[in-house]
This record gives sequence, C-alpha cells and structure tokens, in this order.
Amino acid sequence: MPVTDVSHDMDTLTLTIVAEFAAPVDRVWQVYADPRQLERVWGPPTYPATFVDHDLSPGGRVTYFMTSPEGEKFAGYWNIVSVDEPTGFTFEDGFAHEDFSPNPAMPVSRNEYRFAPTDGGTRATYTATYASAEGLQQVLDMGVVEGSSSAINQIDELLAR
Amino acid sequence: MTEDDEDRADALFHALADRTRRDIMRRVLAGEHSVSALAARYDMSFAAVQKHVAVLEKAGLLTKRRNGREQLASGDVAAVRSVGSMLTELEQVWRGRIARIDELIATDNALES
Repeated sequence: MPVTDVSHDMDTLTLTIVAEFAAPVDRVWQVYADPRQLERVWGPPTYPATFVDHDLSPGGRVTYFMTSPEGEKFAGYWNIVSVDEPTGFTFEDGFAHEDFSPNPAMPVSRNEYRFAPTDGGTRATYTATYASAEGLQQVLDMGVVEGSSSAINQIDELLAR
Repeated sequence: MTEDDEDRADALFHALADRTRRDIMRRVLAGEHSVSALAARYDMSFAAVQKHVAVLEKAGLLTKRRNGREQLASGDVAAVRSVGSMLTELEQVWRGRIARIDELIATDNALES
C-alpha cells in the first residue's frame, strides 16, 4: 500500500496524505511536470482529467477539466506559488467556470506537495489547507460528487446480482 | 439492523437505483437547484422529474424548500454520508490518484526490464 498516513486536522483545516513510491524523486516530479502523465492520475477513471494550460513555474497557471460519465465538465485551476524542482511545489487550487475563470463561489485551497528521497524511492507528502471550515466542508461535499459515483456504482453491482 | 434501518436501506437503495435520480443527486450535492431548473436538463415531463425528486426526498437524500413559486432542492450531505463515510470517500479520491501514480511508475519499470 503506497499510502502510509492520512490525517484530517479540523483546527488547522488541513488534509495531509503521505505516500511512498518505488521510484526516485525525479520520476515522481515528472508525473506533475508532464501534463499527459498528470491527466492519467488526477481524475478518477470515471472522471478523466484533461489539462489545458500547464505552466509549472512560480506565478504560472495550470487549468484542467474533468469529464463525468454523462459528459458534464468540471473545471479547475492551479495558481503556482513556488517551485523547488524536483522536491516539491506549492499552489492554490480552485474551481473554475467552463472558460477557466475562477469560480469565486467555491473555496480555494492552498496546497503543498513535497517529494523526499527514501531508501527505496520517494516519500510524497500532500497537504491541502482551507481558509475556513465552511470551505473545507464545501470541498468535502464536492468530494461526494466524485466519491458517491463509485459508491453508487457499487450499489448498482449489488442490485445486479 | 432493526426493521426501521432495513426500511431506510430499502428506500436509499431504491432511490439510488435509478440513473436520473443519481444524476439529480450529483447536481443537488454541488448546490441548491430549483426543481424546474433540474427538469430542464432531462428529456421527460416536469411532473416526472418532480416524482424523482419526491422519491429522493422520501429517502432523506435531499431536502426541499419553497422560495416564492419555486421549489428549491438541495442534497442532504448527512444522509449521503450515512451511505458511506464522506471523508472516506474523499480519501479514496486521493488513494486513487496515488494508486494511479504507482501504476504509471510500474509501467516504466516493466518497459526497462
């Protein structure tokens, strides 16, 4: 299991995921540096991601959309704050309208991705911090949009038996 | 499980077993929608969409409120959470991404050897 630790801190409004990968730091960096690789990992299989702009440099902008099984598009953007190639980067992650203009009705999270070498490969630490409890809750609610589709698919399978 | 729990599970599963109702749920979980705006998205009568909304409401998956002549529906996240823990689901999104990175890396290793 590559995920080694998960923590939700409701006081600092932070979600932290730690994972171990059997590859050097440079290789893990490449997943984020190459939009074609990134879109293979960002959206769940039922909501594939397409990256449109991809400027992974300080002040740069990354835009993407995920496509639902019904063909509906959910757009998002990253504003890159800092980059320490290949050990990590920080960015703001927000929801966007279809033209990729930020949707101010949705919360923005501050993210820090860090990649550190270990004996066998790389330890990745992903942290996402929200400005308010309402914002975190709203994103968790949005998570259900993605997550419920897999839960609901399981229900479908159960009913098909 | 008590009889009430079983009845509630029946209502949830019945409500979610329909494609249109799952689609309505995805929409109303993302934000409040008027029933007429929901109905505009489907190739069926307003009354038919109203019936779907009523099934979801009866299962406790969404709540409705009136605003003037409009009926506004929003997803009841607490109810959805009772189907499966919401935080666990969000964590699954992350786990999914990480599993896919693992697969991507494994593909390189297979190509090299």
